[in-house]
Amino acid sequence: MKHIEYAVVAEQREIASGIYSLWLETERIAKEANPGQFLSLYSGDGSRMLPRPISVCETDRERGRLRLVYRVAGKGTEEFSRLQKGEKLEILGPLGNGFPLKKKKAFLIGGGIGIPPMVQLAKELKTQAEIQIIAGYRDELFLTKELKAEGPLYIATEDGSAGTKGTVLDVIREQGLCADLIYACGPKPMLRAVKAYAEERGVECYLSMEERMACGIGACLACVCQSTEVDRHSQVKNKRVCKDGPVFLSTEVEL
Amino acid sequence: MSSTRVTLAGVELKNPVMTASGTFGSGTEYSEFYDLSALGAVVTKGVANVPWPGNPTPRIAETRGGMLNAIGLQNPGVDVLIERDLPFLKQYDTRVIVNVCGRTVEDYCEVAERLSEEPVDLLEINVSCPNVKEGGIAFGQNPKALEAITREVKKHARQPIILKLSPNVTDITEMAKAAEAGGADVLSLINTITGMKIDIHRRIFAIANKTGGMSGPAVKPVAVRMVYQTAQAVKLPIVGMGGICTFEDAMEFILAGATAVAVGTANFANPYAAKEVAEGIERYLEEAHVEDIRELIGAVR
Repeated sequence: MKHIEYAVVAEQREIASGIYSLWLETERIAKEANPGQFLSLYSGDGSRMLPRPISVCETDRERGRLRLVYRVAGKGTEEFSRLQKGEKLEILGPLGNGFPLKKKKAFLIGGGIGIPPMVQLAKELKTQAEIQIIAGYRDELFLTKELKAEGPLYIATEDGSAGTKGTVLDVIREQGLCADLIYACGPKPMLRAVKAYAEERGVECYLSMEERMACGIGACLACVCQSTEVDRHSQVKNKRVCKDGPVFLSTEVEL
Repeated sequence: MSSTRVTLAGVELKNPVMTASGTFGSGTEYSEFYDLSALGAVVTKGVANVPWPGNPTPRIAETRGGMLNAIGLQNPGVDVLIERDLPFLKQYDTRVIVNVCGRTVEDYCEVAERLSEEPVDLLEINVSCPNVKEGGIAFGQNPKALEAITREVKKHARQPIILKLSPNVTDITEMAKAAEAGGADVLSLINTITGMKIDIHRRIFAIANKTGGMSGPAVKPVAVRMVYQTAQAVKLPIVGMGGICTFEDAMEFILAGATAVAVGTANFANPYAAKEVAEGIERYLEEAHVEDIRELIGAVR
């Protein structure tokens, strides 16, 4: 069930350059959000019409709080980054389909601003499955403490300043890691590489996709991705990232 | 209580508020937020005779006070609309308007014919989509072509037809007159204004189609002006749209000469927008002691 709420800012801080961690108090959304789902954040400025889709990093269901970790990418996210404790933010959620939780030895692969959803996914998976978390950064690290608390964390950085120099797949190869299931969220080149890696090995793989969105609920058909088969809803080889995703089985989508 | 009822080509709407095609799907997604019976009509996303895949992504970009879109009329085809979407909409006490698109005159006529026995109250003929290479706006920028397609579709349509006009013309009244001459029952305007946005950091177009249709509150003054001009030029009832977010916006269109209004981009900023506009109009009439909204249609001259 989707809800529109005025969430209250419980805490906000910059955890890396231009990357913000925002804890929100919500009435229902935090209790209902699953890992891999996202929220629409509405700007308080009427000249910005479109909600910003941000994925859920972590939830504290008991306290009715959820955490978003996002990058300031433009005027809208800049506005959110200025929110202070006690201020209100209009949000809609939880939206989309999250990661299916399975009892299999799994990789949780996050790249850049695709890392945050892995925190809640790891929290929920670790009690039922063996997990290995692989995080790829450009240079500056964030959320490593949270991820380490949930399972073994392997880091890759583009500049080699921490962990393995290279990509998330480089660290997997270097460490000789293996898994029967892959969850991934990150930039398109990373998803493309992870999809190829998984499909070569016949490993079940779930990818969280990103596309520019307008409505966020499946009506406007802005955020489509290409599907391998004709989709039942669209009747063409297009799926809606916001409604049919954002998480897709890797074999369902073309990248 | 004030009456909000209006009539379009003999079809009575409980209130003048409808949804703008393409912003509301077929209503399914928005029905999770409110009872669609609150609306005068639901206008579906444009539908063609066969499924269309639409344009590459990114399909949209935000602009100040609005947005650009180039969805490219992705749609599942009229058969799926009939099997899945029309039975869904039929559950609600609201009028159903199907937006019809095509690449050729024959495509439009085929869709109109397929819908002739279906529970559809009006057809809206999309001759103004700026984002497809064939059909769409090609029919809406040439008065002769517009008159001809109107006449042809009219022969095949059982329901009254609304011709949706493009603002991307020198004189919209010329197009309105052409549609009227071709036998249109109603006009709707404006469709989006062709625009462009460039990402200066990546030095690329913000949307894959390079150009997109601009909508949202930033276009409203242009739309109000065009509705006013058109209302002076033709006798047909007009559905006014372009940036309507609130009942105040809607009332401007009605006072300019629109019989009904459509809420589009505002649905993205607020899923309740169309319902709130309808409620706001009712309150406005009560507070102004206007017994019948029809007294205000075109009241500002």
